Amino acid sequence: MRYLDQAAIEHIAIGAAFLGTGGGGDPYIGKLMALSAIEKNGPVKLYSVDEIADDDFFIPAAMMGAPSVLVEKFPRGDEFVKVFQKLAQYLGKEKIAGTYPMEAGGVNSMIPIVVAAQLGLPLIDCDGMGRAFPELQMVTFNLDGISATPMAITDEKGNIGIFETIDNKWTERIARSATVEMGASSLVSLYPTTGAQIKQSGVHHIVTLSEKIGEIIASKNQEVNDKLQHLLELVKGFELFQGKIVDVIRETKGGFNLGKMNLEGIAHYKNDQMKVHFQNENLLAEKNDKVVAMTPDLICLVDYETLLPVTTESLKYGKRVRVIGLPAHEKWRTAKGIETAGPKYFGYDYDYVPIEEMVKKEVAEHV
Amino acid sequence: MYKIGIDVGGTNTDAILLDHNSQLIYSVKSPTSLDIKTGIEKSLQQLLQGANIDKTKITHAMLGTTQCTNAIVERKKLAKVGVIRLGYPATASVLPYTAWPTDMIDKLSGNYAIAHGGYEYDGQLLSALDQEEIQKLLKEWQDEVESIAIVGVFSSIKNDQELQVRQWIQEAYGEDFPISCSSLIGSVGLIERENATILNAALCKVIETTTQGFIQALQAEGIFNVDVYLCQNDGTLMSIDYAKQFPILTIACGPTNSIRGASYLSQIQNTMVLDVGGTTSDIGVLQDGFPRESSVAVEVGDIRTNFRMPDIISVGLGGGSIVRVEDDKITVGPDSVGYKISEEALVFGGSTLTTTDIAVRLGLANVGDRNLVAHIDEAFAKAVQEEISLLLEQAIDKMKTSSEDVSLVLVGGGSIIVPDSIRGVSKIVKNENGGVANAIGASIAQISGQYEQIYIYSKEPREESLRDAENKAVKQAMLAGALADTIELVEVEETPLAYHPENATRLKVKVVGKMV
Repeated sequence: MRYLDQAAIEHIAIGAAFLGTGGGGDPYIGKLMALSAIEKNGPVKLYSVDEIADDDFFIPAAMMGAPSVLVEKFPRGDEFVKVFQKLAQYLGKEKIAGTYPMEAGGVNSMIPIVVAAQLGLPLIDCDGMGRAFPELQMVTFNLDGISATPMAITDEKGNIGIFETIDNKWTERIARSATVEMGASSLVSLYPTTGAQIKQSGVHHIVTLSEKIGEIIASKNQEVNDKLQHLLELVKGFELFQGKIVDVIRETKGGFNLGKMNLEGIAHYKNDQMKVHFQNENLLAEKNDKVVAMTPDLICLVDYETLLPVTTESLKYGKRVRVIGLPAHEKWRTAKGIETAGPKYFGYDYDYVPIEEMVKKEVAEHV
Repeated sequence: MYKIGIDVGGTNTDAILLDHNSQLIYSVKSPTSLDIKTGIEKSLQQLLQGANIDKTKITHAMLGTTQCTNAIVERKKLAKVGVIRLGYPATASVLPYTAWPTDMIDKLSGNYAIAHGGYEYDGQLLSALDQEEIQKLLKEWQDEVESIAIVGVFSSIKNDQELQVRQWIQEAYGEDFPISCSSLIGSVGLIERENATILNAALCKVIETTTQGFIQALQAEGIFNVDVYLCQNDGTLMSIDYAKQFPILTIACGPTNSIRGASYLSQIQNTMVLDVGGTTSDIGVLQDGFPRESSVAVEVGDIRTNFRMPDIISVGLGGGSIVRVEDDKITVGPDSVGYKISEEALVFGGSTLTTTDIAVRLGLANVGDRNLVAHIDEAFAKAVQEEISLLLEQAIDKMKTSSEDVSLVLVGGGSIIVPDSIRGVSKIVKNENGGVANAIGASIAQISGQYEQIYIYSKEPREESLRDAENKAVKQAMLAGALADTIELVEVEETPLAYHPENATRLKVKVVGKMV
């Protein structure tokens, strides 16, 4: 067990936004909420997965909705506690032993810290994605057959609901419509789980990993190339490209932010091009019209010089970025994982090939 | 008829006089005084003495000033602000002034309230205003605040609540009480817009003293019947009345004026501009004659804001930059001898090697005594020049939007240090009046209007939405003093909103027109 203080939160926010692969919203608001919450209630305890009891009960908390709404209308502050307690009450659980993030992303890495601070609960060092994904069933607990419901949902006005759905994809559909009605932003509590289930199905150490990533990116006394090297070693990733955004095509469809961007190579990628397709999160990267990385592996865009993560909303013509590819958690690389969040689910007609194999093949071709 | 343009920079206050054809007829440069006002008076005096014209024929006077920027950075002369955020029950999880430097909060007295109000992303009511709540607040604040900032959730979609609250404040505190409405200042992003609005409200006293000081300085020189304008940071002008409402828009007008002046002098509408000063160089991009706008949150005095700012990058390289050799490695800047160049640089008999000395040694410039730098090894001087070239090349590349070479317009007092060729630059355009490009930019500026709103294209088709936004921007421009029949559309930005079921798009338009 250890305590998360202000510095830890600053770092987690950066690291989780990196793992958010362009989605998960502007980390700034989330960070301010978490900082305000610990300022008021004191630092939050972080437990590693090995430190929790198998039969204890845990509930995650998250925000659902449009990142572009969140920057304008953010929560009142007590919804987290309300939605959390509503679900506990519905489940008939008197004691909730802690909370944890659903996804690593700019906002949702921070919400559980707010809940933990407000309720004096510990935060557990795990999440249900190891990255960010756009839909509620894209969770490792779902891959293991754990139900997302009963789930509680609320808004800042005080409307509150409990769903029990026939499967987790229905949870996504119904919760999304409710979210749109609630002003395109809601607070949810779902995937109630035991300690044993977390040990079995969660992505472990994600909070700590986010913090380490953030520490490297924020460090002031390292050259950018050294920082990058440390970062790639830590996450076992690859630098796929260095380039300048020359075009961003966006479309809003079915409640999602879809699009693609074209990058023109700079430095030693000078004669190359890259296309990155996104659906809130970055999902497919093609270098010179050949796929080099695809979902569920992570495609992270970072600022060329600061290595700070770049969200899909802030993409702009002329911005210089590095594209970094990371292998997804092994649970995503199973047949069910690929079926749930692989390229075909998002409408890209490719068979999933792990990023390290594609990189190895490209290196071989060059030699 | 004549126009006067004055630009107060960090180092120099430049003043120029243009004739009716906007031709430069006289210019002077004098050091910026500590109180700024004296410097303005002095340069105005010198300008009028030197130009020797009929003062009664001066019709316009424009001022580009750093006073608002300085007030924020130095935390001086700021007004006590009351912040009313309309958004309850939402938004209470992050209070106003979160993440502000504490000394700044103290200066502004830190009064705020989160009141009922605000809209949803689609324009539906989040909560209705409560008149009693606001009036009670105003009673409490009666002697506490000198200015009020009003910020409503999604006020960029509908701002009638902000305007209603403004009216209640005027009824309680009087018509002249300074009030800033966020919907007229920043874009989407409540915290950043609120911060910009608070800063705007805090500047009401500074802008009052500045404009009064300028008018008095003109009157002291016998200039009475002139239209007075202030420079905004998008390369356009605002009337005094408008400036009093939006003082924050004067921030960063200096680099903007240089870019606009460069466009005017070179007669080029789309290019990159390099403005070299004594300590730093600013690089900006001209798009259709106006500076490209920054699209990211910009920090002003350590406070994150999202109001309109020019997209400028600064490099620590200027005419006074110090040249050093350490471990056989040549470094240039970022420190500089600054305004002491005329004492400290070698060519002026000083003892510090500066970029200007290198330029003189290589015959690029003829200032000071060139014999004093004759001893510098030519190969070394060329190596320093290569270093300068590299610094500029990297900075210019950051501003490019494609890998193609760009043309560069070079202005500013320190521009003698720039080599004749830079990699990535197809040609360098210079002008003999480049040294006062900023003051020229200040005096040729036009008047603009902007409007931003979220439109739902499935309800209001794109064409209609565009027309509506343009009409509202035109109204803004006319309010600021533009001639109706000269106004034209210069910028349209469309950003679709995620998760919105009905194809909602954030639409931002800008128009520009000539002065009345």
